[in-house]
Amino acid sequence: MKIRACFLPLALLFAAFAATPMWAQSAATPAAYAIKGGKVFTLTGTPIENGVVIIRDEKIAAVGAGVAIPSDAQVIDATGLEVYPGLFDPITQIGLTEVSAVSATQDISELGDFNPELVAATAVNPASAHIPVTRANGITEVIAAPGTAGFDSQAGGIIAGQASAFHLAGWTMDEMQIRRSVAMVINWPSIQTRTFDFSTFSIKEKPYSDVKKEYDKAVNQLSDWLDRARHYAQAKEKGSPALYERDLKLEALVPVVEGKLPVLVIADEERDIRNAVEFCSKQNLKMILGGGADAWKVKDLLKEKKIPVVLGPTERLPEQEDTPYDKPMTQPSELFGAGIPFAFSSFGAAFSRRLPQYAGTSVAYGLPHDEALKAVTLNAAQIFGLSDQLGTIEPGKLGNVIVTNGDPLEIQTQVRYLFIEGRLTSTDNRHRELYEQYRKRPQAAR
Amino acid sequence: MKRVNLWIAFLLAAGAPLATSAQNPSTVFIQNATVLTVTHGNIEHGSILIRGGKIAALGADLKAPEGATVIDATGQFVIPGIIDCHSHIAIDGGVNEGAPAVSSMANIKDVLNPDDIDIYRDLAGGVTSANILHGSANPIGGQTVVIKLRWGKPASELPFEGALPGIKFALGENPKHSNFTMPPGVPARYPGTRLGVEEVIRQAFTEAREYKKQWDDYNQRKAAGEQNLIPPRRNEQLEPLVEVMEGKRYVHAHCYRTDEILMLIRVANEFGFKVRTFQHVLEGYKIADEIAAAGAGGSTFSDWWAYKMEAYDAIPYNAALMTERGVVVSVNSDDAQEARQLNQEAAKSMKYGGLSANDALKLVTLNPAIQLGIDNRVGSIDVGKDADLAIYDHDPLSVYAVVQRTLIDGKVYFDRQRDIAQRAELEKEKQALLDKEKKANEEKKSEEKQEKKPEQKKKPPKSDSADGAIARGAL
Repeated sequence: MKIRACFLPLALLFAAFAATPMWAQSAATPAAYAIKGGKVFTLTGTPIENGVVIIRDEKIAAVGAGVAIPSDAQVIDATGLEVYPGLFDPITQIGLTEVSAVSATQDISELGDFNPELVAATAVNPASAHIPVTRANGITEVIAAPGTAGFDSQAGGIIAGQASAFHLAGWTMDEMQIRRSVAMVINWPSIQTRTFDFSTFSIKEKPYSDVKKEYDKAVNQLSDWLDRARHYAQAKEKGSPALYERDLKLEALVPVVEGKLPVLVIADEERDIRNAVEFCSKQNLKMILGGGADAWKVKDLLKEKKIPVVLGPTERLPEQEDTPYDKPMTQPSELFGAGIPFAFSSFGAAFSRRLPQYAGTSVAYGLPHDEALKAVTLNAAQIFGLSDQLGTIEPGKLGNVIVTNGDPLEIQTQVRYLFIEGRLTSTDNRHRELYEQYRKRPQAAR
Repeated sequence: MKRVNLWIAFLLAAGAPLATSAQNPSTVFIQNATVLTVTHGNIEHGSILIRGGKIAALGADLKAPEGATVIDATGQFVIPGIIDCHSHIAIDGGVNEGAPAVSSMANIKDVLNPDDIDIYRDLAGGVTSANILHGSANPIGGQTVVIKLRWGKPASELPFEGALPGIKFALGENPKHSNFTMPPGVPARYPGTRLGVEEVIRQAFTEAREYKKQWDDYNQRKAAGEQNLIPPRRNEQLEPLVEVMEGKRYVHAHCYRTDEILMLIRVANEFGFKVRTFQHVLEGYKIADEIAAAGAGGSTFSDWWAYKMEAYDAIPYNAALMTERGVVVSVNSDDAQEARQLNQEAAKSMKYGGLSANDALKLVTLNPAIQLGIDNRVGSIDVGKDADLAIYDHDPLSVYAVVQRTLIDGKVYFDRQRDIAQRAELEKEKQALLDKEKKANEEKKSEEKQEKKPEQKKKPPKSDSADGAIARGAL
């Protein structure tokens, strides 16, 4: 309460922000911000007590204990609070879905199995209610990955399209975009004899031989696409435009076969992960493993091939009945012990705000706290090649910063201030609005 | 998709160590813990004396009686076992009898599966009791049962003794089949609107009232000594509804929107029964006064939203706001995983809506006990109540808390250290079974080779033996 009282002027300012639908207050935006008095977790070294963070022109200008506060900066008093880099959820469907069961609001999964030319950023809805709801919990940037999960999780194809990284604030996707294409999403064809059929709501079984045949066919198709992309790249490089016909799909795959764009391969089971790693290694693709429920079974291989992992929610049931009950929670600690880089991710939209909870739970089961913090900030930035801009509080990086009243991985912690691209951004959202609205409802007549 | 493993079936059948043989010492003494009683504050360095499965004494100055099994909980936290007011674990096969719109004749109690591994997993999340519900495909669904998670016991020993049975109702998108299309050739089922959902419930209770009248008349005349009476024909679909009207069976109604919640309150008033709990009740915060006035409880999710249209106005403040307005609220799982983290989910109501720690803890202990009518037995740490307890290594409302032990009726059904210690043994046993299977397969193959069957030229699938076993099992 005492802390609150000394924030009163700021609280008023904040309330003004809350009243606007979006984050921008262009007229009132100060030239710079100075967050002072808080404990600053830069994630580059030991936390700075009573630190100062200067944010100017979208970026972090200075960090330290004795940094001078510029005269044109608006001061944010973070006394008693903690300052962290904004959290980064690297595999989501945010902006591509509004209401899971309403197909009109779904733009996650396109028809067809090979759609490398599709880019998530094309259809990210900047007005989605998921964006402010998610950022209110400290998540400042996400990647939307097409073809991953969603209500009709069977769809999605094999090459699902390109994932896009963006900030969780902005009027248009052009403003929000961090990088239009950060990875090519590949749903690794899984050998599954038992699948759930949504049309009949029952489990369907197929003989192994049939499923294996389907699998082989899919993998052959995949390598065929990559071969054609290589030929296309050669033709494009050597020939005049008249010598080749432009092919948007192959064109999109060229950065992949050239090793410039990583493939985000979604696979969970041990056999699928091994097959995918073997394939990508043979094809010289830069692989990121997404999902990785059984990653703990293939630590040596992942380590040897230097493959980073974007883990699905730690709070899920084990894959097999006889897997230790806590394996999904202890796996991050195991991967850390093995020296495999990994990040946490929600793989969702509505549950993206649970990202810190997933990380916190892994700490309960053995992962060092500072590693868990990195796994929701810096690691994702590194895995997707964005660590020059994001992931830590360092001069020159984007001003995606959160100010909290405590450990951001702890459930009860509140995000007090949120900066995205250097702008003080409202934590107001649809849920708080509904809460305030109905809290004011007069006592109903009996 | 969960895969069926062959060996686990063997292991469980063989009474493997996983299936804990809970000892039954008559006296258990938990010492030096922070005891969160829920009803009368926290006791630092507290001890709990358990006799005959009940809490016999608790306090800061107790001494372990001679011969008691002592559980040292120094630095740990004891809370009442978590009660999950909406669960579908321990059900053998489907949870929905989805053909008729009124499936009150179906009873979940008849299909309890004590070998469901999710019982053990949830136990490991501190859950000791759960309300096992029929699915939400029908306006009036099947009969429900409250169980204790007595892992290792037969199905007959799972039900919570004396707990009133329930019945599942469902309103909104699920009973009107909004979110999936029927396979070709299967006609759409009535009802297809919320209007029809109300009609189905009113029609069923109209019939049930008539049916009750027939039996009341019969019993009256019989009691009056009338001879040669023919009893009315029994109707297993209507009997549970009569029990609802007689207050012998609780209604647990799946619902989302305010209109349908108010509809059911009206219908319940018309037929003279009470809705015991509104389940999910994600818009409950909008009409908390009406729910409180109807004497119904609200059993909701922490922060689920946007998975369907009727969940778009869901807010994580729901539990706190309903509590503020006088509704008895619980936070439930509806999911075997979510059940393992109900302590965390409860803590969210401190963040969203500012509940006190004790009120947050009530959401998963005392309040669901009240909603299920078992608060005289469980839900808090009080002398005389069942010794159903969860012991954590940290404050249970923290994300860092891990369940160390779970007790039901004073017996340790889950012990984290024991679980960890047994893993190597289990792994060895599993490997032995796999080796045995592999050997048997090789022998079989060589026998077949000798017979020179031409089709055996085909190479076996190139995979590890475990996956091979699954593939074959699936065949």
